[in-house]
Amino acid sequence: MAKKQFITIDGNEAAASVAHRTNEVIAIYPITPSSGMGELSDEWSAKGKRNIWNTIPLVAEMQSEGGAAGAVHGSLQTGALTTTFTASQGLLLMIPNMYKIAGELTSTVFHVAARSIAAQSLSIFGDHQDVMATRQTGWALLSSGSVQEAHDFALIAQAATLQSRIPFMHFFDGFRTSHEVAKIEYLEDDVLRAMIDDDLVRAHRNRGLKPENPFIRGTAMNPDVYFQGRESSNPYYSAVPGIVQAQMDKFAGLTGRQYHLFDYVGHPQAERVIVVMGSGAETVEATVNFLVEKGEKVGLLRVRLYRPLSVEALAQAIPTSAKTLAVLDRTKEPGSAGEPLYLDVVNALVETGRNGVKTIGGRYGLSSKEFTPAMVKGIFDEMTRPQPKNHFTIGINDDLSGTSLAYDPSFSVEYPETVRCVFFGLGSDGTVGANKNSIKIIGVETDNFAQGYFVYDSKKSGSITISHLRFGSKPIKAPYLIAPNTANFVACHQFSFLERIDVLKYAQPGGIFLLNSLEEPEKVWDTLPLEAQKAILEKKLKVYVINAYDVAEKTGMGTRINTIMQTCFFAISGVLPREQAIEEIKHAIQKTYGKRGEAVIKQNFEAVDQTLANLHEISTPSKLTSVTSRRAPVPAGAPEFVRNVLGPMIAYEGDDVPVSAMPVDGTYPSATTRWEKRNIALEIPVWEPDLCIQCGKCVFVCPHAVIRHKVYDKAALEQAPESFKHMDSKFKEFPGMAYTIQVAPEDCTGCTLCVEACPAKDKTQVGRKAINMAPQPAIREREAANWEFFFNLPEVDRTQITPNTIKNSQLLQPLFEFSGACAGCGETPYIKLVSQLFGERAVIANATGCSSIYGGNLPTTPWAVNKEGRGPAWSNSLFEDNAEFGLGMRLTLDKQLEYARELLPHFAPELGPELVDGLLNADQNSELGIQHQRARVSILKEQLAKLKNDTKAKDLLSLADILVKKSVWIFGGDGWAYDIGYGGLDHVLASGRNVNVMVLDTEVYSNTGGQASKSTPLGAVAKFAMAGKGTAKKDLGLIAMSYGYVYVARIAMGASDQQTLKAVLEAEAFDGPSLIIAYSHCIAHGIDMSKGLEQQKLAVQSGHWPLYRYNPALATQGQNPLQIDSKEPSISLDQYVYNETRYRMLLQSDEQRAELLLKEAQHNVKTHWEFYQQMAAMSYSKENDQKEN
Amino acid sequence: MTDLTTHYLGLTLKNPIVASASPLTKKIDSAKKLEQAGVGAMVMYSLFEEQIIHESLELDHYLTRGTESFAEATSYLPDSGTYAMGPGKYLDHLSAVKKAVSVPVIASLNGVSKGGWTRYARHMQDAGADALELNLYYIATDPALTAAELENTYVELVADVKNSVTIPLAVKLSPFITALPNFATRLVQAGADGLVLFNRFYQPDFDLENLEVTHTLHLSSSDELNLPLRWISILHGNIHADFALTSGVHTGQDALKVMMAGAKVTMLASELLANGYGRVADMLGVMQSWMEQHEYTSIQQMQGAMSQKSVREPAAFERANYMRVLSSWKSLP
Repeated sequence: MAKKQFITIDGNEAAASVAHRTNEVIAIYPITPSSGMGELSDEWSAKGKRNIWNTIPLVAEMQSEGGAAGAVHGSLQTGALTTTFTASQGLLLMIPNMYKIAGELTSTVFHVAARSIAAQSLSIFGDHQDVMATRQTGWALLSSGSVQEAHDFALIAQAATLQSRIPFMHFFDGFRTSHEVAKIEYLEDDVLRAMIDDDLVRAHRNRGLKPENPFIRGTAMNPDVYFQGRESSNPYYSAVPGIVQAQMDKFAGLTGRQYHLFDYVGHPQAERVIVVMGSGAETVEATVNFLVEKGEKVGLLRVRLYRPLSVEALAQAIPTSAKTLAVLDRTKEPGSAGEPLYLDVVNALVETGRNGVKTIGGRYGLSSKEFTPAMVKGIFDEMTRPQPKNHFTIGINDDLSGTSLAYDPSFSVEYPETVRCVFFGLGSDGTVGANKNSIKIIGVETDNFAQGYFVYDSKKSGSITISHLRFGSKPIKAPYLIAPNTANFVACHQFSFLERIDVLKYAQPGGIFLLNSLEEPEKVWDTLPLEAQKAILEKKLKVYVINAYDVAEKTGMGTRINTIMQTCFFAISGVLPREQAIEEIKHAIQKTYGKRGEAVIKQNFEAVDQTLANLHEISTPSKLTSVTSRRAPVPAGAPEFVRNVLGPMIAYEGDDVPVSAMPVDGTYPSATTRWEKRNIALEIPVWEPDLCIQCGKCVFVCPHAVIRHKVYDKAALEQAPESFKHMDSKFKEFPGMAYTIQVAPEDCTGCTLCVEACPAKDKTQVGRKAINMAPQPAIREREAANWEFFFNLPEVDRTQITPNTIKNSQLLQPLFEFSGACAGCGETPYIKLVSQLFGERAVIANATGCSSIYGGNLPTTPWAVNKEGRGPAWSNSLFEDNAEFGLGMRLTLDKQLEYARELLPHFAPELGPELVDGLLNADQNSELGIQHQRARVSILKEQLAKLKNDTKAKDLLSLADILVKKSVWIFGGDGWAYDIGYGGLDHVLASGRNVNVMVLDTEVYSNTGGQASKSTPLGAVAKFAMAGKGTAKKDLGLIAMSYGYVYVARIAMGASDQQTLKAVLEAEAFDGPSLIIAYSHCIAHGIDMSKGLEQQKLAVQSGHWPLYRYNPALATQGQNPLQIDSKEPSISLDQYVYNETRYRMLLQSDEQRAELLLKEAQHNVKTHWEFYQQMAAMSYSKENDQKEN
Repeated sequence: MTDLTTHYLGLTLKNPIVASASPLTKKIDSAKKLEQAGVGAMVMYSLFEEQIIHESLELDHYLTRGTESFAEATSYLPDSGTYAMGPGKYLDHLSAVKKAVSVPVIASLNGVSKGGWTRYARHMQDAGADALELNLYYIATDPALTAAELENTYVELVADVKNSVTIPLAVKLSPFITALPNFATRLVQAGADGLVLFNRFYQPDFDLENLEVTHTLHLSSSDELNLPLRWISILHGNIHADFALTSGVHTGQDALKVMMAGAKVTMLASELLANGYGRVADMLGVMQSWMEQHEYTSIQQMQGAMSQKSVREPAAFERANYMRVLSSWKSLP
């Protein structure tokens, strides 16, 4: 048996580690939660890591999962060992090729971090819906349920596919296993070599296409033989179970870990048996072991090889004593007779003559829904009933259909000696990273087993993380969160969480509570909310406090308190002797950050060294002294749905929302972010009227629509709060009126872009602008009242302004507000602008990505409504189809308009010719024209309502609103537009239909963590382009211009806000397809986000991002449609790119290559500029045509 | 034939023209070109400890920021783990330059921490530097900090570095020292073998259009020569150290003046950056023909020939303003 080596890694790394070492070609594409496997493979190959044949696997990023599957297919067909990684919709895109690969009996393994499918809503979390959608493809499906198994089964699958020639999908639960960090036994290369038969590898190679041995594969068959051909592979499938078992046995001989196709654990004479696969089996096993010890006759049958399903092996593995089976599926098949595993088990029992076993099926764990021992116990209890509920659900309260089983949530099977710790941190404070390090320290430096699982927020700014850590002397089989009242240690790294969340519900009686507080230790008690004081006293918690921000500040760590809190944890928990713990923390710091330079190490070491002197245990008084209580998640005045459904989600109690409360079709009300007051900014902007020039630039650039300006009647000021600031309006359209810029203090993220954009400076002190940052807490209450007053002031009459200046455009109400995007986001200001200009008549298709997440991730969503109840109607379909999705919307609108126009003349007698004519021939090219049309439509509706028995009248009534001009917008990032959705985008642009496409170009896949797209510039480092992208950015605009009838603009609001506004207005006005490519600075660029606008300017000045507008309407007038809006490059490219870490890090890792790529990029700037100049100089005069003719 | 040989920091140089710290030594090729152009020695571009610290913390900040906050993107940039972050890149380059050229190579160090100064100095010595040049410059903005305290810190630092290395040590000074001769004396006592006058710095400027502060570093002009010329003339003979003059040397005549003042070498960068490597040969040619015309046989013959101690009117170096001129005038017989 090979020597044992333990490592502490997550499930993605566990699988990728084997995949990378046993393949030659890897085609990748990012999708959560499987991206980590592709990223690691790319990183390993970039660093020269070799496979077991001592050659570096070739890693190629594709444009979509469909593309990856195609590349895999081709690579396999030419004989390379090839793999890929995917999940969810990505796996669905691979299905067509999967049929082919299986049909051609091709050896390969796909590793899948199983994830939910987007149905009523997208979810990135784990279940088996994606995997179950492939069970008919002819692939073997092998399920692993833990990080160790993800490692082991990756190898067993590889060995089995080579032997059987059947392609394998090795899958494990997304997030639960893919992202769980655990201490596992590492499979050395020797084990891999022993499992992989080189003769079989060569056989695979020899089956590949080569001209030296030509053959045809991939024919088209006719009715005479297709059927027979389909049946010809049966023997191969029949052999798979035996082959897999043999490989499992061989693996056991090498490692000591024995697996079977179906593993039974539990009482030898079990009467109640649960059948399950995936990580849920770990939970069932722990519960079964606990119950068997208590004398209960229960058992677990764990399914490993789900396809090809060995009916015999399955039936044999079920104890003959079994009277009741509960088969659990982590999937949902609406309308089916039962979920797939359940049906398979029922069938197996029937086919093997075991009809006497009562079998029920149930669903659990969709979208990473918790699946706990308490739930398992609930299922076993149900199985004791004479008529147990079939097709049940567990883990939710289904008060609609009554499917859910009741259970006692306090039931626990945790080993008493296992230490359980829960940490509440801010995303930005590094808590999760430190906890991952802690697990590694415990895993490596002690004999303990350790496990960590991390729960993240749905927001990208000010997000909360909850870390669940377990460690102890026994292997930890607990793929579920730490339950309330069971944590030995609870840490709250941000005091304000206590005001919002029931942090202490996790603490067990007598447990430890560690709090980061700005207060002196002796004053901390009085500052705690009442609920926290009660919990501490009732549970008799030991309380430790530290002012970690103070320590961080003094040691140069800024707001990153991770190593400080980590040191506190080790000091208090006693898992290691203090000195050793500190030594190990420093060792981990050295290992994690060592390559980043001595200064980083020194700073972290100092933070560690300063911690203990600042850590205090406080004595807890016996009485309650608090004068504050935990805040309600939403104000009492919020709509009922917000209070009852979204409120619990905000308060981290969404698990308790019953089925009946959920919208049945994924439809949610607009304008809900305004109810979620997150208070995440330490500082917010404050307006200084004495300096303000009312230019509106601060309002224009605000990514979160928290800073707004209004002109209003001075009479309104009579009701204003005393501190409400105002000045006289300087708008020529609104003389004699009052003017105010107001900030929403509780919604601001503190990004400071408004301050950066403000051009008005104090003449005697230029550092003071008309907008300056000030600490939020001191002015929160005052400004909240001011905001409330401001928000309720009447909006400006849209017909009174022409929105062709920045200041005017910003008087229009944003209908996209308070999103959860990153602080300082470069995308959202563009979206907000569209919402202001056209939002009340816009229909929006949004590609999956950052914009669909901050635009549509629950609990609250930013698309808003105005006081008339109108606002953007928004939807997200998929990642790959967004252009087509938007076109579909346009087609509907066009068709409905056509039908309405056809119907209208029928009612000329009732409506009068003037109204009909007005409706049919309305000029809707201005706000006034649109308003008049709305008025006509209103009359139309009134008139039609009177014609109750007329079917056509009913039809027209239902379509009446279509007569008001609509604006179709298609939003998405560069990953969509340049890569996965490019084919569709091209087609939609070519269609000539009136849609407006806005590409929020961050030059990487931002939402999945910064993978390279075809928009990524030459020389920029990104995931999947670790060595710096070696090819130039695709010129999407130029391709679109080639049609000649597509409006195209390239904009960057930081370089020219006016050009941005102009382009957006022109694009919408153009009666045809429009494409706007918007430079969007991004956190993935590695820049100071407050300088994002400045970077945009430099991008333009350097020539990386020339601004232009290509308006085909000009060509029809004999003018050149291309207008270049920026000046000739005036700075060298390095003055722009080396402000960004994505470029600079290549300079630091490979200076020679960086210089080479920069030189090439600089050359490209020159040639592109000259090319555009030539295009812009071409004559479009038709007179010339005539002369030539 | 005139002899251009000079001795600086115990090194024998074939002529007194030394390339001062500039981007010209950032590439092996350009360092070789400097040598081919005929310089007597070259000072490497400076290693800035502050920059090393800043780059390190900056990289860490951006690799860490936003990580582990959001389930779909637990990081935003790939961490290759291989970065040339510390002094290693500079030191490797120093070694490579040293191997590529035969003229002496002087390493230039700009530190911030006590440990940094001595550690990097040792590293530079180990990398093959023939001598070290320390850049002492601190903008004292704290009203509580006295000149004496600051000077004491400088002196201690020079002593610490001197104790850490065995190669010769030069100190490059800022012109903003109240009592330069005293301070220079203390530096030499602390172990400085040479003094380089003066350092030139980025200076703030104002963008009047945008009311913002900008930073500029213009290439020097011959007008800047007079200040260091004065001080080397004053210090020469009073302080036992080798002097180097940098700032404002653009012509052969400038270089001759530098020698006359008492410097062992004249350093230049702006002239080479602006007008190319060929200027070294031009300047040497001018120097030689002048020396021949004026019957100087060696450069060493003229070093200090016009220092304060050597001229008939020493007070000329002490005239700093109108009053002093008047009083000087009055004192004349």
